[in-house]
Amino acid sequence: MKPPAFDYVVAKSADDAVARLAEFGADASVIAGGQSLVPMLALRLARPSVLVDINRVAELSGAMVEGSALRIGAMTRQNTIMRDPLVIKHAPALAAATRLVGHHQTRNRGTIGGSIALGEPASEYPATAVALGAQIEVKSKGGSRTIPAREFYEAAYTTKLKAGEMIASVNFPHWPEGTVMAVDEIARRPGDFALTGIIVALAIDNGGKITRAGIAWFGMAQTPCAAVQAEKALVGQAAVKLDIPATAALAVADTEPWDDIHASGAYRRIVGGRLAARVIKKALAMKGIA
Amino acid sequence: MSDHTIQTKINGNVVKKTVAARKTLADFLRVDCSLTGTHIGCEHGVCGACTVMVDGVAVRSCLMLAVQADGAEIRTVEGVAKEDGTLHRVQQALQEEHGLQCGFCTPGFVMTLVSLVERKEPIDEEEMKAALSGHICRCTGYQGILRAVKKLTAAPAKA
Repeated sequence: MKPPAFDYVVAKSADDAVARLAEFGADASVIAGGQSLVPMLALRLARPSVLVDINRVAELSGAMVEGSALRIGAMTRQNTIMRDPLVIKHAPALAAATRLVGHHQTRNRGTIGGSIALGEPASEYPATAVALGAQIEVKSKGGSRTIPAREFYEAAYTTKLKAGEMIASVNFPHWPEGTVMAVDEIARRPGDFALTGIIVALAIDNGGKITRAGIAWFGMAQTPCAAVQAEKALVGQAAVKLDIPATAALAVADTEPWDDIHASGAYRRIVGGRLAARVIKKALAMKGIA
Repeated sequence: MSDHTIQTKINGNVVKKTVAARKTLADFLRVDCSLTGTHIGCEHGVCGACTVMVDGVAVRSCLMLAVQADGAEIRTVEGVAKEDGTLHRVQQALQEEHGLQCGFCTPGFVMTLVSLVERKEPIDEEEMKAALSGHICRCTGYQGILRAVKKLTAAPAKA
């Protein structure tokens, strides 16, 4: 239960961090908040030869509006995100989802970049990024590239990140005025990984028509899972006339939940359907639509 | 493999030591600094027993490397009561409400509660209870702990 031996370097800047990653090769690992990496070291599930610590890189921390998106630096800590007025204004689902991430004590260290990079299937941030259409800015010694969150995840704990690359920021596009967002999950205990969880964003125009929908599941497939059929079906509908149970069922149709010791896939589908209906209702209630 | 010299302030005292990169902050406090009030339960971030304050906020010391604490201010359960032995109001409330039995988990609970009652922004009972979900007590002493929380949020702040 003690981490294996490794070397450790402190990155002075984002450029320095990726230079170190290039220098040390595929055995190097970035350490951000360490709230998943350090347990993986202790359990010896991860055995990097060197850790590149980005905790002291100020340019990787903080949220700001950049053009028509909210840019959140990879090192921004979860408890900071939860209370940041810009996040609450532009990506309220992200602030709300943060309350469900780990515990108060882990959120004081845990970061958005770390959670997005890990790709735990049942975690809240990757699914939030997928639901809201975030763009992930990835940096390497060779330069930067941007990957849509919807294309970032390949399998459980497997992303498009290549050796030598690290996440620099996660960029949430502004949604139209009048967008409502809600999130919830079912977990055995607060702070446990979710058995099922869902994020719903609905842009509703002045006429009460849904003009855009972003819905994603966590804990319902090997990767965060966009409910694309439901998203498509929602656009153009009058919010007051929405058939919520049918929409929830359509959202479940895109999932591929698995069986494990916590719950069967069949159970996850049933509970997920109920949860989806509840979260859609919660979002609509913000517009006074019950 | 790599060793690093770090300087931290622990409970107000400057500490300068050399540590291996792989050493957790929890092991550093217990083994290198002989501050054994910080308890190690699960060693992978689940139980909350090892919670300490780093730069004013509660963190799990088993999920932070000692080398990362270079330049940080750390407060452990040893730095909570006054030097003359007067208990901190968190400790006092836990004692009065029977908020502990075996005491193994208690240093963690104390540090989370101290970090919350001493922070600038006000805190309510619900938020404090939510923060305590990051701690496990296997004596099932939660009712007493929650009574202590009630007392802490009801009473006007006094050191």
